[in-house]
Amino acid sequence: MNPLRRELEIVADWIEPGSRVLDLGCGDGALLEYLVERKGVTAYGLEIDPRKVNRCLERGVNVVRADLDEGLGDFHCDSFDHVIMSQTIQAVRYPDKLIEDLLRVSHHGIVTFPNMGYWRLRVQLLLGGSMPRSPALPNAWYNSPNIHLCTVRDFEQLCASMGVEIVERRLLDRAHRSTPLIDLAPNLLGEVAIYRFVRGTQSL
Amino acid sequence: MVRSPPADSVGLVTQHKAVFEEPLPLDCGRELPGYELVYETYGELNRERTNAILVCHALSGNHHAAGYHSEHDRKPGWWETCIGPGKPLDTNRFFIVCSNNLGGCHGSTGPASINPETGAPYGDQFPVVTVRDWVRSQARLADRLGIRQWAAVAGGSLGGMQALQWAIDFPGRLRHAVVIAAAPRLSAQNIGFNEVARQAIMSDPEFHGGRYYDYGVSPRRGLAVARMLGHITYLSEDAMRAKFGRDLRGGMSYDYEEVDFEVESYLRYQGQRFVQGFDANTYLLMTKALDYFDPAAEHGDDFSAAVAGIQCSTLLLSFSSDWRFPPSRSREILRALLEREKTVSYIEVEATQGHDAFLMPIQRYLEGFAAYMGNVAREVGA
Repeated sequence: MNPLRRELEIVADWIEPGSRVLDLGCGDGALLEYLVERKGVTAYGLEIDPRKVNRCLERGVNVVRADLDEGLGDFHCDSFDHVIMSQTIQAVRYPDKLIEDLLRVSHHGIVTFPNMGYWRLRVQLLLGGSMPRSPALPNAWYNSPNIHLCTVRDFEQLCASMGVEIVERRLLDRAHRSTPLIDLAPNLLGEVAIYRFVRGTQSL
Repeated sequence: MVRSPPADSVGLVTQHKAVFEEPLPLDCGRELPGYELVYETYGELNRERTNAILVCHALSGNHHAAGYHSEHDRKPGWWETCIGPGKPLDTNRFFIVCSNNLGGCHGSTGPASINPETGAPYGDQFPVVTVRDWVRSQARLADRLGIRQWAAVAGGSLGGMQALQWAIDFPGRLRHAVVIAAAPRLSAQNIGFNEVARQAIMSDPEFHGGRYYDYGVSPRRGLAVARMLGHITYLSEDAMRAKFGRDLRGGMSYDYEEVDFEVESYLRYQGQRFVQGFDANTYLLMTKALDYFDPAAEHGDDFSAAVAGIQCSTLLLSFSSDWRFPPSRSREILRALLEREKTVSYIEVEATQGHDAFLMPIQRYLEGFAAYMGNVAREVGA
């Protein structure tokens, strides 16, 4: 087992043993394999890249080759306990619609994304005048899969406007640590944002 | 085959025959007093007998799935693209079994076989068999070969439906089902095509109510037309356009008998070639088995209820340009398996070749299939 990124460890800690998990943009299936082995979850992943789909098949991880822009129509309402979007939301065409669909098939959602408010990125744009790049955002503007980048503030505003209730937020710095300092200015100091949320009482 | 077979072929193969003397009860209410199945095997059965894979053939297929029968064979078995050393169904790791379906015309008991009660060919007296009957007969073959549980049952089209039926009827006897370019049941359009094919055969003056063997003839023209029709449905419109367009053989003849267009020439050739090796009664039987395939029927038309007892893992594959059993039909199977929280993966492969894509060397298809089978091999210690 490859060591999971710290981010995925945090996500894994939020998943109860034996639960039903859907991973949107599951990549090579490492997280799901980990969750199946350690937590005995029933897991499915959706992935568009054929090479990554094949990695899932080699690992024995359930995977459906799918384009998330077409929604989650194959899944019934409330058919999952958790839906995970790890570094995926910024690459889909309709992030708000997908969150809505996510909360249709599951009461809980988990989202991670690169925070565009991170100070190093702000400095790059402000002083360098170029679209920011970082280990979390390695591509140039013209070949990046990321078409809907956002900041911590943007994401929380979207959740508020949709009536989505954020249960927990974790932010990681460049060293993938979560220090008390970050919480003083999360949108400035957090490079990776991780959220756990549920359907709000008056939402949707 | 030109002298030596390619390195990734199983090479020269021979067929075997299994004789079953115990009567086989059939879905139609009748029973076969006894029957024979011809089959081929490729690769070695391991000591634990865990690495066996059953390959199921489609409408016009047979037990000769891979390799060559002699040095003079021009073409290998029908699934040569997927069976062999280093291929998705890797004969270095797996023991592959493929039998000719009951009612077939390549050596297994079928309409052209001698009915022990009359001493004459069965002809129209051969019972209509179903996918469930096939699976039941294949289970007896598994018993005979000492295979308690298949590592996988795999097939495309009607073969995929058999794999699905295996998963439903014998949940403990397979670890994986590979269901390619299949459907949970036929649509009205599918049945319509099959009915036209049957009418072509039955309206041939040489059909003689299915007893044409007695007259030393066969409904060749009807069968050729049936095959021509089938062939159109196996290709995509794009594939036909790319292959033939409106190309003319010579010029326009202004005559009905002459072949004007390349596509006509191709279809006539396919029809003529097909009738040389295929029995019309078997064609009727196979199309009927397709029409009757409907696991949901005995569960109040709820397909997800039909798959509720499945224990194996399933790989579903479909092809984007397949309009005979399009991806939307595989998605129906997917949704039912997801609803029942079954272990399932699904890939829609982009391919221009239509339904026939499952027989073709399409890189994305073979890679995905191989990736899945690699995990199967690891699981069973192959």
